[in-house]
Amino acid sequence: MEDIAIVAFAQTPSYRRYPDSEPALLMGLVNAILAETGLERREIDFTIAGSCDYLSGMPFAFISNVDAFGAWPPVYESHVEMDGAFALFEGFVRMQVGDIDTCLVAGSGKSSPGRPREIFPLQGDPYYHAPLGLDPVSMAGIQAQCLLTAGKACERDFAEVVSRSRRDGQSNPYAQVTADVSPDELLKEPYFASPLRKHDLPPISDGAAMVLLARGERARALTRTPVWIRGIDHRIESHHPGLRDLTTLPGLEIAAKRLAIHAAPIDTAELCVRYSPEEIVLREALGLDQGTRINPSGGPLCGHPVMATGLTRVVEAARRIARGDARRAIAHAASGAALQQNLLCVLEGGA
Amino acid sequence: MERCAVVGIGQSKYSKRRADLSIDGLVREAALRALEDAELRFADIDAIVIGKAPDALEGVIMPELSLADALGAVGKPIHRVHTAGSVGASTAISACTLIESGMFQRVLTVCYEKQSDGNATWALGGGRSGSQGAGGSFAPWIRKYITKSGAPEHIGWKVAVKDRLNALKNPYAHLHLPDISIEKVRESPMLWDPLHFLESCPSSDGAAAMVLTNTAGAARAPRRPAWVIAHAKRTETIQFPGRDPVRPAAGVECAKALYKKAGITDPRRQIDCAELYVPFSWYEPMWLEGHLICDEGQGWKMTDSGATELGGDFPVNMSGGVLSSNPIGASGMIRCLEAASQVRGTAGDYQVEGARIALGHAYGGGANYFAMWIVSSEPAPSFH
Repeated sequence: MEDIAIVAFAQTPSYRRYPDSEPALLMGLVNAILAETGLERREIDFTIAGSCDYLSGMPFAFISNVDAFGAWPPVYESHVEMDGAFALFEGFVRMQVGDIDTCLVAGSGKSSPGRPREIFPLQGDPYYHAPLGLDPVSMAGIQAQCLLTAGKACERDFAEVVSRSRRDGQSNPYAQVTADVSPDELLKEPYFASPLRKHDLPPISDGAAMVLLARGERARALTRTPVWIRGIDHRIESHHPGLRDLTTLPGLEIAAKRLAIHAAPIDTAELCVRYSPEEIVLREALGLDQGTRINPSGGPLCGHPVMATGLTRVVEAARRIARGDARRAIAHAASGAALQQNLLCVLEGGA
Repeated sequence: MERCAVVGIGQSKYSKRRADLSIDGLVREAALRALEDAELRFADIDAIVIGKAPDALEGVIMPELSLADALGAVGKPIHRVHTAGSVGASTAISACTLIESGMFQRVLTVCYEKQSDGNATWALGGGRSGSQGAGGSFAPWIRKYITKSGAPEHIGWKVAVKDRLNALKNPYAHLHLPDISIEKVRESPMLWDPLHFLESCPSSDGAAAMVLTNTAGAARAPRRPAWVIAHAKRTETIQFPGRDPVRPAAGVECAKALYKKAGITDPRRQIDCAELYVPFSWYEPMWLEGHLICDEGQGWKMTDSGATELGGDFPVNMSGGVLSSNPIGASGMIRCLEAASQVRGTAGDYQVEGARIALGHAYGGGANYFAMWIVSSEPAPSFH
């Protein structure tokens, strides 16, 4: 395996409504990363981005994003119609071939122009699910109810996740929604999609995240605090809720095992908890205990820039390692309703 | 670096409307044929890479989610590439990278489009009403090529006829037009001057798939593999003063990087045949020049001479090309797998005799995305 490190990272704040374009969101991050590393654009060997046409309501929306990467003279780049964390997967795999030294990875999305609850049912199977209007919020509610029915959680557990996350978010300058509120107060709120209350849902956000990868000696030359990617894996579950036990994630368990996440202590886990009950499911699937600090950034409950939310987990985990607040962390990204697809990345500090 | 080999190829029958199949059924038709060709099963596959053009074409967002079960991906990595019209070749290259990384042994890659489920012209126009269509974007650049090169008008008609005659030998092709002729093309309605109806690609439903593996996997393959000896991608900003959309710099640089990686110094002589992404007839001479297969201004002469016909010294689009089948998101992958099929010697009635080196190519967006690969019957061919 080639040693690949995150040598620089950047993120935008999570905005309820970013007034400018998606390329503008990305451009600021590219400039910040180049300034920090002193690299020229032409020194980026490969660029890979993740975004979603449907958020902008415009097919081929990603084409204008290449302007932000400075695609002139022509560049070597690619694009996944997925969260930027999956672009990170492809970037990492591409670097394993061993013929390139640097790779820029981005994720970006603007949810504010559309109505997510009307758009995202179109992620469902077009014959049986989409016509029902089954949206991710409803699916999260069904997943939450499964947890309650299975006796794996009670509504107070969901409220505790929200209370802790929104309180942690208060010290995160990129967070959009934060609060100092107790589980008791949260439980007094009315249901939104029973058993979920409004605060169990993430905000609607615009935003972007970016990391620069470098290989071996190049990484060490570019930063004094490389954050090494010790492994990355992702797995998908069945699309059909009736074929799944929504309280378990056998695919993610395969990824965790292959990455040997418990081979050493995990200080921090940045998990893609878009709906508070998801944290319960993820903690169990990953076998996390009290020794692991979960979502010190506040997580997606404090800001959910779709298509960048997963890559933001990687950025948040890398930041803690680079700052010396953590030694070994896992970052998790998810795609689809009820945690259908999950990506896991193991990060470690040290020269 | 691990070497990557194509050991399985599968295609659906392309047609205007595959009303007999769901999207799941369509991708499975191609995927199962590719697995059968490789004598493998879904259980043998480590990872899946899919590609298609905009989600708006069928109205399904992030279809890897709903296709996970149909593609045997449950419990495995599956990811989805989207680089506009070049996506089919980009997806093949992405899957190839998974093998080259040494992290995966056997990768299934599938591209598709079910254009009859939506309104492609609307979607290709960025979802705005009154779309000019893809032809409307490319026609002014084609006109510019004609003016600049002094090419006679019949070149476009000739490509349109050649590719449709080739398609008659390909059972998977969408268009089978046995009575195609120069006169018919010339007399067909003018869609976007200078492009006539019969100089334009159809709108197709279809899927294409490949099984890729490493050297050890290729050694166990039941049939001759095609070795991917080089791949390259280049992208440039779509719109700015000074850009040459007729001969985009990204296309030239992509070809240079590709040939350098492959060790090719004289593409016309050292490459035996090519599947180029030609959705409108004139793009054959334009890409022959734009990808350095001939000198600038010589592309139309090469086409006119018959060099690009089956039996010519540089056959192009032996399968009938995009002009005969165009499920957009799959069209680039079809170019890549048809190139592989030629060097495996499995191209049937449109086999180029003794093909050893073949080029698969796709472009997309406003001719600002390029993706290409070169396949060979040998893992490390030498060139003289």
